[in-house]
Amino acid sequence: MGMTMTQKILAAHAGLDHVEAGQLIEADLDLVLGNDITSPVAIHEMEKMKVNGVFDKDKIALVPDHFVPNKDIKSAEHCKCVREFARKNEITNYFEVGQMGIEHALLPEQGLTVAGDVIIGADSHTCTYGALGAFSTGVGSTDMAAGMATGKAWFKVPSAIKFNLTGKPSEWVSGKDVILHIIGMIGVDGALYKSMEFVGDSIKNLSMDDRFTIANMAIEAGGKNGIFPVDELAIAYMKEHSTRTYKVYEADADAVYDEEYTIDLSTLRPTIAFPHLPENTKTIDEITEDIKIDQVVIGSCTNGRLDDLRIAAKVLQGRHVAEGMRCIVIPATQKIYLQAMEEGLLKTFIEAGAIVSTPTCGPCLGGYMGILAEGERCVSTTNRNFVGRMGHVSSEIYLASPAVAAASAVAGKIFCPCKLS
Amino acid sequence: MKAAKGTVFKYGDNVDTDVIIPARYLNSSDPAELATHCMEDIDKNFISKVKKGDIIVATKNFGCGSSREHAPIAIKAAGVSCVIAETFARIFYRNAINIGLPIVECPEAACAIEAGDEVEVNFDTGVITDVTKGTTYQGQAFPEFMQKIIAAEGLVNYINTTQSHADLG
Repeated sequence: MGMTMTQKILAAHAGLDHVEAGQLIEADLDLVLGNDITSPVAIHEMEKMKVNGVFDKDKIALVPDHFVPNKDIKSAEHCKCVREFARKNEITNYFEVGQMGIEHALLPEQGLTVAGDVIIGADSHTCTYGALGAFSTGVGSTDMAAGMATGKAWFKVPSAIKFNLTGKPSEWVSGKDVILHIIGMIGVDGALYKSMEFVGDSIKNLSMDDRFTIANMAIEAGGKNGIFPVDELAIAYMKEHSTRTYKVYEADADAVYDEEYTIDLSTLRPTIAFPHLPENTKTIDEITEDIKIDQVVIGSCTNGRLDDLRIAAKVLQGRHVAEGMRCIVIPATQKIYLQAMEEGLLKTFIEAGAIVSTPTCGPCLGGYMGILAEGERCVSTTNRNFVGRMGHVSSEIYLASPAVAAASAVAGKIFCPCKLS
Repeated sequence: MKAAKGTVFKYGDNVDTDVIIPARYLNSSDPAELATHCMEDIDKNFISKVKKGDIIVATKNFGCGSSREHAPIAIKAAGVSCVIAETFARIFYRNAINIGLPIVECPEAACAIEAGDEVEVNFDTGVITDVTKGTTYQGQAFPEFMQKIIAAEGLVNYINTTQSHADLG
């Protein structure tokens, strides 16, 4: 029986010729990631282990990004704990304020994630690196601690769902719309414990930033990981950003999939996930009533990359956000921030009445920098719209692409960029 | 492993880690402090009612969303002895095992058991008994190596005793 792309990567890292879905394996890790929320718990757990330091100081990435720059004293203490651990263990890839960005935008940009890797991160959106053809998955702090100490993790080999993408997306349709469409189709547990393998002729029509967005939200369908084949665009990205050797794995022709879907991207429309689950999707054309909103957030590990800011700026150029609207734009890394500045995007945002923040996960998880009050509504390019996720339990989050978010900021209600005058 | 026995708190599908422990409290990693906010955004009365040994029962995809280990930590520190669900989100599943919070997948039990029922769980056999209703269900027993991790009260102790987690049973 053939293996999927994910299974091949896992087999190679477990020193096995062949693995099957359901098999328990122990795999060698190429990178172990943590942030300022999950790392302190991991560091505390690692201190209890009978080990002398970390397995490899070059294969650990510590990125304080959630409540950073520190939002309060307790957060500052957590960051101090991570900083001191990084210094003591001479962690190569610790990113202080000034270098740091949102982890899942930062690591590929820094060249720390390449095709063929096995990566665990104590953050659920670690699945993002599947865009480059890596196996990467979110874990908790104890797994992170064990990973930092031993360089290994146990996995149950996942079965897979294949998504065959065809057709070219239309003008206002992006990677966000593709993944929201898929989550709406299969549900928030539709890929539970499974790998989501994206293939097909239309991969070439998706930019790397689109692919990062799609792989990023595999977890919102319950997926263990999301993964793309490695094409010329992915190779060019890795050559530009990394000096590491990548390895290309391809699924066997006779690989077995639990389910297969074919999705014609040319038929997709801008898609919005209504409260309080990412599966509650509607296309922009299905929304007939006016849904007035109070805040727009454009950023996060899902949609804070340069392509995202470019399209938001294209919508906001020469326009102004609606009266009373709070529009918060957060470039995901310092490099993206700088590029956006050089391209004049930041000027466009500020002239349109938006604010631009230093990189942080802040508002996405209701940490700070845009908390919602009782009954308020937000259109957000982030990844979760659970009850209370961005603030008060009665507030509402509508997940959308940067194009729809920017158009909604201008209109003061959920709005299609194609309809702006 | 010692059996769990307690009164049931019942919830529905897709109980996410944001409602189990909202991110506004994640500036702490102290289990006792996290426990005081456990389930706050889905059930305000949970923490005032829960007693040591009580059991959470939910339907599909329990623990979905964020990877925060603070979620099973808060549940365990609140005194809960076991979570039974139709299915668990995979990161929550790993985290619960890794910190030594027993969890059992059993669709029949998850659907039939009601709030307030007295329930007993035998982890060696996977048998769930609803003492109130006088019914039993066969839950999925853990693979041997997961039982070892839970019995060791978590992955850290397990690694300390084996020096590796290569022993996959």
